[in-house]
Amino acid sequence: MITTLLLLLSLLIGTVALVLLSRNDARAFRIATPVVFGVLVLWLWQLACVGYQIPFILLPPPSNIGVAIATHIPMLAADFRQTVLRSVIPGWLIGSGAGLLVAIALDRSPFLRRGVLPLGSLVSSMPIVGIAPIMVMWFGFDWQSKAAVVVAMTFFPMLVNAGAGLAQTGAMEADLMRTYAAGYRTTLLKLRLPSALPFIFNALKLNATLALIGAIVAEFFGTPIVGMGFRISTEAARLDLGIVWAEIVVAATVGTLSFALLSLLERAVTFWHPSYH
Amino acid sequence: MTRVLPVLCVLVVVISVWFAASVPMNWSQAQALADDNASWTDIAEATQSLDRPLLPTPAQVATEMVTTLVDYPVTSPRSLLHHALITAWESLVGLLISLAAGIALAIGIVHVRTLDRTLMPWLVASQAIPVLAIAPMVVVVLGNIGLTGLLPKALIAGWLSFFPITTGMVKGLRSSDVMQRDLMHTYNATTAQVFTKLRWPASMAFLFPALKVAAPLALVGAIVAELPTGAQAGLGARLLTGSYYGLTLQIWAALLMAGLLAVLAIALIDGAQVLLVRGRGGRL
Repeated sequence: MITTLLLLLSLLIGTVALVLLSRNDARAFRIATPVVFGVLVLWLWQLACVGYQIPFILLPPPSNIGVAIATHIPMLAADFRQTVLRSVIPGWLIGSGAGLLVAIALDRSPFLRRGVLPLGSLVSSMPIVGIAPIMVMWFGFDWQSKAAVVVAMTFFPMLVNAGAGLAQTGAMEADLMRTYAAGYRTTLLKLRLPSALPFIFNALKLNATLALIGAIVAEFFGTPIVGMGFRISTEAARLDLGIVWAEIVVAATVGTLSFALLSLLERAVTFWHPSYH
Repeated sequence: MTRVLPVLCVLVVVISVWFAASVPMNWSQAQALADDNASWTDIAEATQSLDRPLLPTPAQVATEMVTTLVDYPVTSPRSLLHHALITAWESLVGLLISLAAGIALAIGIVHVRTLDRTLMPWLVASQAIPVLAIAPMVVVVLGNIGLTGLLPKALIAGWLSFFPITTGMVKGLRSSDVMQRDLMHTYNATTAQVFTKLRWPASMAFLFPALKVAAPLALVGAIVAELPTGAQAGLGARLLTGSYYGLTLQIWAALLMAGLLAVLAIALIDGAQVLLVRGRGGRL
């Protein structure tokens, strides 16, 4: 009874606060509004879990998740090292790098480009993560097979995006480079790659999320006893949901941070692009 | 022809490389199974027809697909079509749920300023979060409160496809020209009229690309959601049991089937788009 009243009261105050906050157009208010909403959701979640005594095996309250994070830091760090540092980052670098190189190589032959790019976009819309069991068979249970899945998942989006980006170069600019007597290499480095950069960064950001998903899901198919995906699937089966949520918080933080870092890098590298003026 | 020929050539090269690679990949297994006095041509031939090859040949995968599709009735759990239909149905239900929820939320965001300011930043941020990681937990928890079968998988599929549909529809509902909205204003059109005559028709150009992103995501969501329930049915279950028992042919066939489902979904969405364009007299 008291819980219901408290919940309704919090909801009312929160809604009024959000309505008032969202009226203001200042930058600080634009940032504050979603933050207040996030805090409100956490507060309602905590209140409902504690007040209605929802069992932890259905939905642990945020405080329990916070405690799980604080008490399992060494384990979370080990899982982070196994999944992010060993599988995600090498796989993401190799897959995206290979996709970019192949896109550049294809660019010299229109015939190959027309043959490979449609197939590439077809493959990138397929559930590639399903190759995880095959990769486990080929590269073993450890991080190598997860990195291989990540490579396969990140290769095609980069190939398709970089291919589209390289095809974007304006005819005027290309003509200008010709009047400078610039060769293929100079044109590529000074004109075509820079103008493809927004597309390449788009693929890099997309791939960052895909790489995390690929590594985590690949661990559902067999892994040594460490890793974020391993932890999520085993602790979910043991109904220790605090740890599962803790891993999800880590994964979400890694995803958001890498997205933010890539966006900063993009701004620094493509400062000349019209979309920033 | 200029569009099909390059694709065909690349396909032929890929399949040839696949065939060629299957010989060295399966060599040690074939050699271990062969007689002591088997010549290397015998071993090379044996690599093409192993029961559990490290890399099945395209011919073996095709044969496996055909036998599991044709030889068993759809109701049999040994039929690949049976599992494919289960996964397709889960994804479709999920996609319909997220379509309804996503469009409703997008309408709210476009019309209510508070919703826009509070939810849009979270929707954008959600693209950087590996939401698929929650799948095992959701399936287990829903299983605990008695919800098994179709619904947990459809919910995961819907949850994954919800974000691209919502953000796409928000963009679409806002994509109408300012001039046109001003014109509607001079007609004294109500919000509902602006919505039905201008915003909704304009949003279709964004809905279809969003659906093409969302449908494969729903498929991935359904497949992954099938993993933690002990692999009872669906393409995810085929992948997992194949992985447990080393049935490589089964894994490859399930994988190819999942790819075919994705292609079919995209083709259907393209078809719906063509129909809509025709119905509107040639414009989206």
